[in-house]
Amino acid sequence: MTAAFSARGVTVRIGSATLVADASLDIGHGELVALVGPNGAGKSTLLSVLAGDRAPSAGEVTIDGRAPGDWGPRDLARRRAVLTQDNQVAFPFRVREVVAMGRSPWQGSADDADDDAAIAEALAECDVTHLTERTFTSLSGGERARVSLARVLAQRTPAVLLDEPTAALDLRHQEDVLGVARRLAASGTAVGVVLHDLSLAAAYADRIAVMERGAIAALGTPAEVLEPALLERVYGIGVRLVADPEGGAPIVVPARTR
Amino acid sequence: MTATPAPTEVRRSHLAARASAVISVLVVALVAGVLVSSAAGQLPIAITEVIGAFGKGIGIDNAWAPSDDVLYQALWQIRFPRVAMSLLVGAALAVAGAVMQAIFGNPLAEPGVVGVSSGAALGAALAIVSGGALAGVLGTASLAFLGGVGATLLVYVMARSNGRTEVVTLLLTGIAVNAFAGAGLAFVLFAGDTADREQIVFWQLGTLGGSRWHEVAVVAALTVLGVALSLAFARRYDLLALGERTAGHLGLRVERLRIVSIVLVAVLTGAAVAFTGIIAFVGLVVPHAIRMLLGPGHRMLLSASVLGGAVLLVWADLFARTAVQGAELPIGLLTSLIGGPFFFYLLRRARNRQGGWA
Repeated sequence: MTAAFSARGVTVRIGSATLVADASLDIGHGELVALVGPNGAGKSTLLSVLAGDRAPSAGEVTIDGRAPGDWGPRDLARRRAVLTQDNQVAFPFRVREVVAMGRSPWQGSADDADDDAAIAEALAECDVTHLTERTFTSLSGGERARVSLARVLAQRTPAVLLDEPTAALDLRHQEDVLGVARRLAASGTAVGVVLHDLSLAAAYADRIAVMERGAIAALGTPAEVLEPALLERVYGIGVRLVADPEGGAPIVVPARTR
Repeated sequence: MTATPAPTEVRRSHLAARASAVISVLVVALVAGVLVSSAAGQLPIAITEVIGAFGKGIGIDNAWAPSDDVLYQALWQIRFPRVAMSLLVGAALAVAGAVMQAIFGNPLAEPGVVGVSSGAALGAALAIVSGGALAGVLGTASLAFLGGVGATLLVYVMARSNGRTEVVTLLLTGIAVNAFAGAGLAFVLFAGDTADREQIVFWQLGTLGGSRWHEVAVVAALTVLGVALSLAFARRYDLLALGERTAGHLGLRVERLRIVSIVLVAVLTGAAVAFTGIIAFVGLVVPHAIRMLLGPGHRMLLSASVLGGAVLLVWADLFARTAVQGAELPIGLLTSLIGGPFFFYLLRRARNRQGGWA
C-alpha cells in the first residue's frame, strides 16, 4: 500500500544553510509518526515539505503516491490537512466559522452535506464546543490552538500533519490532543506530529523520527529510538529514561542535579 | 423529546434577523437619500415630482411628472446623474476597501490611505492634461485604472511579508506612495495650462458635481464588474483570514486570488477616482461599521458594503451641496473630515491590541 506521505532523500537549502539534509521518511495510513529534535533541527521544514508547501532542493516527496504539485490544490486539500504553528485569524471570525472553513475543500462535493456533522464532531473532539460563539481573536493561546486543530479535523482528510499542536496547551489538553491524534490513526488516518515533549512522543507515537541538524538521526519505535546515549548526543544534555511506576510509557527527563 | 434548537441555531437565526434588519435600514436610507438629494438644491423640486420625472424618464407616463420642462431637464441632466454617480462611487470605494483589507489581512488598508487613490488620481490627471484621445471618458478611466494598478502593486510588493502586512509597514508604504503620486500630480499641475489646472485642483479635492451620463455609464460598468467579481470571491476572502499558508492548505490558490484582487481593487478605485477625484476613507469607515454590526464574513460584508458605501456618499453629497448657502463643499474634504478622526481611533485600537509599536 502506498504511504500517505513519502520523502526520499529530501534536502532543503536556503542560501548556504541546509535546513533538511537527505531525509527519508514514510508515514503510512493508520500510523502516528512523531518528529522530535532540538530547536532548529528542521522538523517544521520537513513537515512543510511533506505537506507540499515547499519544494525540496533535492530528493522527492509524494502524497498518496503522487508529487504534491501533480494534485490540484483542492484535491490536495481533500487528502491532507495541516496545522501550522501560526494560529492567527486576521478578523474576528467566530469559532464556528473558523472550524467551518475546514470544510471548504469539500464545497460542491457529495460530502458537502456532512458539513454540520463534521463541524460538530470536530468541536467536540477538541473540547471547544463551549467556545462556538466566541470570536477567535478573543481566545487564549491554548484555546486558539485547539480551535485550529478542530478546523483541521473538520477537513476530514485521510492524512494530517500537526506542527507542535501541544505547544500552548495545559497538561490535560496535551494528553487530549494526542488522544485525538491516536484515535485518528486508529481509524486509518496517517498522522505526522512535530513534538517537543519526548514523554508524549513515547506514549502516543507508533514511530519516532529524531532529527539532528536537518538529518534524521534515528527512526523507529519509541523503544528503539529513545536511547539515552542518542538523545544526549542530539540534545546536548544528559537524559534519563524513567519507568512509569504505573506501567505507562517511559518518561524522558533531563538529567538534573537538583 | 422536545426539539430545543441548539444554541448555534438560535445564534444563526439571530444573526440572520440582524442582517435583514441592517439591510432593510440601509435600503430605506438609500431610497430616502436618492429622493431627498434629487429634490434638494438651489432649484427646489417636490419629491413627488422627482418620482414622477423618474417614472416619465423610464417611459411610464404619470400625473406626478413635473409639467415644467425646466424641472424635468434639471433632474435628468444634472441631479440624477450626480446621484447615480454618488451611489456608484460610494459602492466602489467601500468594496475596494473591504477587498484590500481581505488581501492585506489588515483592517486599516484602504485605497485612500495606502495611496491607491493617489495613483489613480495621477493617472486621471495625466489624461486630463494630455488632451487628444486620452482626455476622453474612456482614456481618463483607463489611465486612472493603470495608476491604481501601479500603486496597489507597489504597496503589495513593499508592505507584505509572510502573508501579512504590519500596520506600520502598510502606513509607511502609504506615505511613500502618496508622496510620490503627490509629486506627480504637482508636476502635472505645473505643466498644465490654466484651464487644466483649475479643473485638476477642483477634481483633486473630490467632487461629484458635473457628472454626466456617459461618465456614469463607464463608472457603472466598472463598478458592477468589480462588485460581482468580489462577491464571487467572498468565501475565498474568508479563508485568507487564516493566513496564506493555511488558506493554501485548504485548497485556495492564494497567489492567483491576490493578483486578481489587486486588479479588482484598481478597477474599483479607478472607477471611483476617474471623474470624481479622491474621496478618502469611505473604504475604511464602511466595511468597519458593517463588520461591527454583522461580523467579518465576506459575503455579507461585501454585499452590505455596497449599500453602505452608496448610502454614505449620497447623504454626504447632499450635505456637501446644501450645507453652505450658494456654494458647494468638496465631498473629499467632507469624508476626510469624518474619516480622519475615525482612522485615528482605529489606529489607537490596533496599537493597543498589539501592545505598541517599536
